[in-house]
Amino acid sequence: MKILKLFFIIFFIISSSNLEANMDDMKIKITKNLRCLICQGQSVYDSDSEFANSMKVLVDKKLNEGLSENQIYDYFKEKYGEWILYDPTLNKNTYILWLLPILIFLIGGAIVAKNFKLKG
Amino acid sequence: MLLSVIGHYSLVLGLCVGLVIIFFSIKNFQISEYLDVKIVSFTFLQLILVFLSFLCLILSFVFSDFSNETVFNNSHTTKPLFYKISGTWGNHEGSLLLWLLVLTLFIFLFLIKTKNQPIKYKILTLSFQQIIIIGFFVFLIQTSNPFNYIYPTPEEGLGLNPILQDPALAIHPPILYLGYVGSSIIFSSALAATCLNIISKKWASHIKKWVLISWVFLTLGIMLGSIWAYYELGWGGFWFWDPVENVSLMPWLALTTLLHCILVLEKKQVLTSWVIILSISTFTLSMCGTFLVRSGILNSVHTFANDPGRGLFILVFLFSLVLISLFVFFFFHKSNHNELNNFSWVSKETSIIINNWFMMYFLSVVLIGTVYPIFLDVLSSEKISVGPPFYHKLIVPFLIPFLLAMAIGPKLKWVKSNLNDKFSMILLLIISVLISFFILKIFEANFLINTILISSATYLFFITSRDFFIKKFNNISQNIAHFGFSLLILSILFNSLFSSEIITNLKVGETFEDSNTKIFFKSIKQKEEKNFKSIIANFNIKNSKGITENLSPELRIYNQPNIVTSEADIKTSMISDKFIVINIVQNQDYFNVRYQVKPFMLWIWLSVLLISFGGLLSLFKKKYEQ
Amino acid sequence: MNNKILKITTITIFIIIFIVFYKALQDTNIYTPKKKSNNEIPLFSAQLFNSNKQISSTELFKLDKFYLLNIWSSWCVPCRTEHSLLMDLTKNNEIEIIGLNYKDKKRNAENFLNELGNPYKKIIFDKEGINAIEWGAFGVPESFLINNGIVIKKYIGPLNKELVEEIKLLIK
Repeated sequence: MKILKLFFIIFFIISSSNLEANMDDMKIKITKNLRCLICQGQSVYDSDSEFANSMKVLVDKKLNEGLSENQIYDYFKEKYGEWILYDPTLNKNTYILWLLPILIFLIGGAIVAKNFKLKG
Repeated sequence: MLLSVIGHYSLVLGLCVGLVIIFFSIKNFQISEYLDVKIVSFTFLQLILVFLSFLCLILSFVFSDFSNETVFNNSHTTKPLFYKISGTWGNHEGSLLLWLLVLTLFIFLFLIKTKNQPIKYKILTLSFQQIIIIGFFVFLIQTSNPFNYIYPTPEEGLGLNPILQDPALAIHPPILYLGYVGSSIIFSSALAATCLNIISKKWASHIKKWVLISWVFLTLGIMLGSIWAYYELGWGGFWFWDPVENVSLMPWLALTTLLHCILVLEKKQVLTSWVIILSISTFTLSMCGTFLVRSGILNSVHTFANDPGRGLFILVFLFSLVLISLFVFFFFHKSNHNELNNFSWVSKETSIIINNWFMMYFLSVVLIGTVYPIFLDVLSSEKISVGPPFYHKLIVPFLIPFLLAMAIGPKLKWVKSNLNDKFSMILLLIISVLISFFILKIFEANFLINTILISSATYLFFITSRDFFIKKFNNISQNIAHFGFSLLILSILFNSLFSSEIITNLKVGETFEDSNTKIFFKSIKQKEEKNFKSIIANFNIKNSKGITENLSPELRIYNQPNIVTSEADIKTSMISDKFIVINIVQNQDYFNVRYQVKPFMLWIWLSVLLISFGGLLSLFKKKYEQ
Repeated sequence: MNNKILKITTITIFIIIFIVFYKALQDTNIYTPKKKSNNEIPLFSAQLFNSNKQISSTELFKLDKFYLLNIWSSWCVPCRTEHSLLMDLTKNNEIEIIGLNYKDKKRNAENFLNELGNPYKKIIFDKEGINAIEWGAFGVPESFLINNGIVIKKYIGPLNKELVEEIKLLIK
């Protein structure tokens, strides 16, 4: 048991040493999360349309200005609405979206467990 | 002209035959000593009529009969023959005719191939199927007639989108439909069996081959769609959680779960409620998918023409089917409450139930993600997007216990099990964890969760590989399928972790260089093809080992319709794919170049083939044993 | 008892789903991104077309009159069709037309204006297209009717006669 604990601690230390993502990775992450509004279902990262290219330039600019990931998302949400983000933020509109699957999972678990309650 | 007339009236006749079949079925149901030959003949006649109609449509496309509105909208005289033919089902009306063809084909095959089942059951299955068939006939003739006449006859057609002129995409619909529509038989027969209360081991054995057929085709169909997206759409991705993709995945999830439950039902009289509900759900999800894609409700890369009128018809039709099935289920199904108490925690039944639990969770994630934006829009006029991050966050963590269960589950015995080879199982687990840890460390990828995920997938991989040697031919189809699945997860993981991309702007003669790669834009040349003008760029790409490869992406400027497409050049090898694509930059004399190195792409396709092969093997094994 | 509740709940859920989908069919699918905040014009600074100098948004829209910000480019086909209407609008003293040249080459843009006329009091040169994003635009052409630092109306796509009439009414 102790060995297992030690194992995990070493694990965490080594994996957290890589936590700081660099700017390029961040740019990729952000543009993958932004929707290309003139395409049919592509992210800004994947798309080569004029709009997407402008967005990429702007994301670069904002990152260089020192804005954080969330600040950049807020900026675009202000211009275009929630629709532009692929990762739905957790707000009053999306509680059900995020929580319903988890709820279903728990209900499923309860049903499975209940069926074995009678058996010792 | 003549083809359209024959095609149209075959459909009308087919509809009438459907009503005749129902009439005779009702009569036969009462005196059910033998199956009335008339019924089988009429079912065959219906099939012939639909086939004839379909043939007429194909010929209309081949001969470019532009007096037919569908042909006019979707074809062009300069289109190559192969794509003229595949254009038949590349549009809304034609694809529905294909639906009808598969519906009628499968019920006919079902009738003649089913032996050893009660006559009443066969008649009832036929009746339920006819309800679906007649519904589709009416839908087709009323709202989506492939044989509408336009006058005066245009000289030329409007052409098919060049992105759809691709071999993978040409066979993707028929294969996918064999899967989707094949599940209609499962739907009808499950309802019939519920009414007659014959859901049992014998019935499970009988229906299993239909489930397998539908499942294999659905798996292959989805794979073909992904392959097409990868090769054609030019961004190097193969799955985007696009609503239309999700809509094909949902029936697959339900069908896979159903398959597992049928495997249990074959041995013991348990999970009957699950089997019925999943049978209903699979087809319902297929129909629901049809609705979502064709009604204009969803925004996606491949929505068909937006037409709310058609959407309304499908919606009403779909919900009638759902209500009928719910009624049948609630009224006729008597579930056995003692079913589930006969086995212990550690048994095969439990692992299948856990499988059901997780699969239903995955299904709900995909369903909610796809459908929630619609609900939100209607209820509060807010528009949101639900994209890959949502699905990844909710699915990936749960894959870990799922993979582990997949590894351990098949090893358990029915009813009760004492894990005999506990020691080697745990040893393999530790080895998996260590291997994945070192892989990630060497390649400097981060995230704790990736390690655990890779460990579980590797574990499944080892267990199933080991089973090939220990168990040899026992359960080989299951082994192959599960092995394939572990390979799939591993390929996808390694592909997403170790893919790299370079995006840059280059003029002819320029070079891009970084620490690993040197890209030299060698030359460019122009060519005139039959229905497009082509610009082919030539690149020399040198990797860190000093090996140079030659890649030639292409830009195509089509005349009908006026579109520019980008054709990627992909060099595939066992280890990785090299993927390059160029795009015109508005107003500039340089091109935007995207070069990607994508490891293990080939393995992704191979593993899906393996999974299908496992299913196929199970199908033929049964035949061999009989 | 339990069973009955389950059945009724299931059927009710399906009926609700049906109604929602039915209503969804009624809506059109063209999405106009709503600007969430108040409709103030964005604060920005941009490069002028003619002089390469920077100008701020407050500078551009400082007068107490109506402005029409028109996003255009020489390579945009619908822009050509709406251009004559813009020329027509210049005759109206109540409104000043400001152009935003979107992702264009200066020479081509100049040729365009030489050919079809220049209705713009000032032109912003948005080479990268990021000024357009400041406005929440996503394509060409788009136009914004502005007064007192507020966007009164946004037009996506080319203007036509009816819309221009509407503008004329709004600026009275």
